[in-house]
Amino acid sequence: MVDAEPWASILDIVAGVLLVGGALLSLAAAAGLVRFPDALSRLHAATKPQILGLVLVVVALALSQRSWAALLVLTPVIVLQMLTAPISAHMVGRAGYRTGDFDASTLVVDELAADVADAGRSDLPGSAEPTDRPTGRAPRSDASGEPSGEA
Amino acid sequence: MSILIIIASAILSVAAIVALWRVVRGPSIVDRVIGSDVLLTTLILVVGTEMVATGHTRTIPLMVVLAATALLGTVAVARFVTRPEATATHTAATGSASARPDETEKGMD
Repeated sequence: MVDAEPWASILDIVAGVLLVGGALLSLAAAAGLVRFPDALSRLHAATKPQILGLVLVVVALALSQRSWAALLVLTPVIVLQMLTAPISAHMVGRAGYRTGDFDASTLVVDELAADVADAGRSDLPGSAEPTDRPTGRAPRSDASGEPSGEA
Repeated sequence: MSILIIIASAILSVAAIVALWRVVRGPSIVDRVIGSDVLLTTLILVVGTEMVATGHTRTIPLMVVLAATALLGTVAVARFVTRPEATATHTAATGSASARPDETEKGMD
């Protein structure tokens, strides 16, 4: 362990760079919160630092601590966040779709509108808009075939 | 290395302030929920950055608890947002469909 000092400084610098990367991801989410027009677009930006930013910061913390005990305690942070972040994002996206808090003209294809129409739910926003694109009656069979959007 | 930590702290501060601005200004409650989610994620990153800066590991349990319970408030508010329309539609459908009260009772079960 004669040359432990340069490795320690290199690991500290790598940890600092990873911290700046995680912070930049959080800043990107904040910029998306300001710039994007509706709630579902903001949700897309907001879910980026929840996994990758946290992974970067946790790896930076493990590199700066350099102990197996810290790594053992830091692993559940990432595992729990990976388990719970998709649930919360799914629930927020569901609430955003149901409250109609999105601009339907920006969508390439609304894959939920056909199912909403089949379910006969007139209170959901997918059934309110006119079905001018051919995604109608059999969405499961020809979903992979023809690109129905105007992309 | 300390200059990198200072840069990361400044960026996280800006992100937290912007997320708080979205929570205050958000036109709908979904926007406020998304803003508070970003604020909580930024808080977890701030806790980790503070541990790297000062070299202790005392607040790792705080990170674990925040990562485990971050979905509770979000799911509660999402259910609160989507619940009243569903119940209103359900009561309207059952009230208009059935004329006899025993059918209504059977349908309610």
